[in-house]
Amino acid sequence: MFNPDIIKPENLVYKKTSVLTDAILHYCPGCGHGTTHRIIAEVIEEMGIQDKAICVAPVGCSVLAYNYFNVDSQGAAHGRAPAIATAIQRLYPDHHVFTYQGDGDLAAIGTAETIHACNRGENIVIIFINNGIYGMTGGQMAPTTLLGMKTATSPYGRTVELNGYPLQITELLAELPGTYFVTRQSVHTAAAVRKTKKAIRQAFENQKNKKGTSFVEVLSNCNSGWKMPATKANEWMVENMMVKYPIGDIKVDGEIIKK
Amino acid sequence: MAIKGAVVIDTERCKGCAVCTVACPNKILALSKNVNGKGYNYCEATSDDCIGCASCAMVCPDGVITVYKVKL
Repeated sequence: MFNPDIIKPENLVYKKTSVLTDAILHYCPGCGHGTTHRIIAEVIEEMGIQDKAICVAPVGCSVLAYNYFNVDSQGAAHGRAPAIATAIQRLYPDHHVFTYQGDGDLAAIGTAETIHACNRGENIVIIFINNGIYGMTGGQMAPTTLLGMKTATSPYGRTVELNGYPLQITELLAELPGTYFVTRQSVHTAAAVRKTKKAIRQAFENQKNKKGTSFVEVLSNCNSGWKMPATKANEWMVENMMVKYPIGDIKVDGEIIKK
Repeated sequence: MAIKGAVVIDTERCKGCAVCTVACPNKILALSKNVNGKGYNYCEATSDDCIGCASCAMVCPDGVITVYKVKL
């Protein structure tokens, strides 16, 4: 099909980074976790910090993240990744410690650890994948589940009377004085992926300059949990998730820029 | 000056999610009728109109796409 003359090393534009291992990702087809893994690995490669980066893996779909990142990793108890990251960062102040957590891990069981780590202004990077559902356990309702959204534990849709309101934890954390950079991005289009990569790069740069906690929320689809194909799930995310969770920077250089 | 691109897809790792087919500006990517070792309809290029923009590679969750580009 293609002119084989084009396929030469000198014409290479893009290839998978070596900071990711060759293990095949266990995520469902089309899941935003894989994309987010890849851009984190690319940022680590571009900054040349592979030997200094330490990943703290959560419990959830991304529990096996240490199989995919070619950096030192530590597994954490459910929700306790920011606490583990605090300890590692304090013991190795010149290393780049980042946690990679889902919404069930960060916004439900780990709320206390997350809020206190951010309030202390620990010099860590928190990557928060928000897909509004518990993916690994079979699509149960999470704190970030939208109103009216059907899940395994809210089969008639989430209601305010029974389940309360969706938790906008990113806006909540932006109010804390310890956070330096808080942003919400997504990975559904090529442009969005490039913006997310820029935000993650910014977060790691802030960490290098010891500015405080950097928090990057990444909206992702959960096509298995939402029970739709990956491309349709991305459209659904734009139409529904982004209304409640608007994309953009919330706090830059310690100043809240968006209420 | 024309820009020509080419994509090389690791079909055995592809999971057939079709996210790249939506991202491609020239719509040259499509799911194959054939399946790979895992039973997924893998993604393949259907024409040589690739411009090497790497949008497909940016959105690919599994990182199976390698992109080449040359200015002729």
